[in-house]
Amino acid sequence: MWSLSNISSAIHNWLNQTFNPTWAMIIEMFIAGIAVIGLFALLGLVLVLMERRVAAWMQIRLGPNRVGPFGLLQSAADTVKLLVKEGMTPNGADKFLFNLAPFIAMMVAMLLMAPIAFAKDFQLWNLNIGVLYVTAVSSIMVVSILMAGWASNNKYSLMGAMRSGAQIVSYELSAGLSILTIVVFTGSLNIADIINAQSNGWWIFKGHIPVLISFVIFIVAVTAETNRAPFDLAEAESELTAGFHTEYSGMKFALFFLAEYINVFIVCAIGATLFLGGWMPFHIGHWKAFNQVMDYIPTSIWFFGKTFFLIFVIMWFRWTFPRLRIDQLLNLEWKYLLPISMFNLLLATAIAILGWHF
Amino acid sequence: MFIVNYIKEVFGAIKSLLIGMRRTGYYFTHHKEIITEQYPDNRNTLVMADRFKGEVVLTHDEQNEHACTGCTACELACPNATIKIVTKFDITPEGKKKKAIDKFVYHLELCTMCNLCIVACPTDAIKMAQTFEHSVYDRNELIKILNKPDSKIRAGIE
Repeated sequence: MWSLSNISSAIHNWLNQTFNPTWAMIIEMFIAGIAVIGLFALLGLVLVLMERRVAAWMQIRLGPNRVGPFGLLQSAADTVKLLVKEGMTPNGADKFLFNLAPFIAMMVAMLLMAPIAFAKDFQLWNLNIGVLYVTAVSSIMVVSILMAGWASNNKYSLMGAMRSGAQIVSYELSAGLSILTIVVFTGSLNIADIINAQSNGWWIFKGHIPVLISFVIFIVAVTAETNRAPFDLAEAESELTAGFHTEYSGMKFALFFLAEYINVFIVCAIGATLFLGGWMPFHIGHWKAFNQVMDYIPTSIWFFGKTFFLIFVIMWFRWTFPRLRIDQLLNLEWKYLLPISMFNLLLATAIAILGWHF
Repeated sequence: MFIVNYIKEVFGAIKSLLIGMRRTGYYFTHHKEIITEQYPDNRNTLVMADRFKGEVVLTHDEQNEHACTGCTACELACPNATIKIVTKFDITPEGKKKKAIDKFVYHLELCTMCNLCIVACPTDAIKMAQTFEHSVYDRNELIKILNKPDSKIRAGIE
């Protein structure tokens, strides 16, 4: 049967037969890099189009429908437009940092791709501290935003960057604590282990109340961490023109834009992995026939389906809720999300020790 | 008690957020609600909103009669001198002189569609039309004479 893991192992075997192991390794890394970049480009195109369509339909509009059939080529046309635009660097800017910042944003997004399991036995790097790695690397994102804001030599940029810093630093806490709930239940930081622990039911069903609470907190926290509305204070169009990327244009702007969408994809993929079972098909107890039908759907489809469902939920948030003020934002984190998630972690630990989950 | 209020607040917030999401979710799934008009494509079937204000017109009935007495209330009401009324004196059958309009000059290029002239008109002679394709190549074409040639004031309007 065709599956991503079969294809990858076939390539692996062929390379090892043809070349010596070192060269095979190097070529594999090269292929993986190309595949990640290709996935990035594809995701950027798909997510931008999806965002615009979802936004339009939620606001009773039509959305892009002129370029290509059903407007499918709209984001491709936008990309071409951005590619041919001049990448300006302002005179007063710190040129080195200004040009470095978008690449750091992209690099963080790329690094986060490594431990994600896209299908059964299909993972770039199955490291034993996958969850820790994700939380650690995703906080480098704030460095690129601060760098962009500072180097632009623009008050709007700096303000946006500072807001973004305060926001990401504080929401990382509750995101981390809600991820810890799952780690407590599984007893492992390895992403493959976490997925395998969900073979008899996803954590959101097995872990009932504490996992449900931590799922809600996780979704809220990652919405804030990816700087999307209702937490888009970092770019707040109506207050700060475009926030930290005010001075960016052309492809450098496009890299920030792409990094935002890739980050949304990654946090949704992490959410799907931790709470919704990653590539695990949906099974109901002892319904043999139903479970077998579900097994026929490829695991990659399951993974991307769940991820895109979560992306849709985050887009739904964006086009429903108004933006928070900075004090409301910090109130929400320090007075509500953090105490609740701490209490929730305690509850989860008690339930895990007592074995009160399914 | 503090903790009860705290929990109530959290659940109240979640509930109100869900109400908002239900509304947008409804719009997302019900495409018949879409209000976008694809204008140049549906030019023949385009339906304008009732309150849309495109330009000032002087309404004429079938006998080519209008209701404008030439009182210049609209001219006085206009904040940027869009309307200029040129009056003349008609001789009534009884031999009296009566004030009437000669030309109702309307400068579309100056008009901000503020509706103040329509409000000011004591005889409801003028109204806002819903036309909006006003582009022309010469700005002189935007200066319009609203009363039709040989039109008269409707009988009984003072």
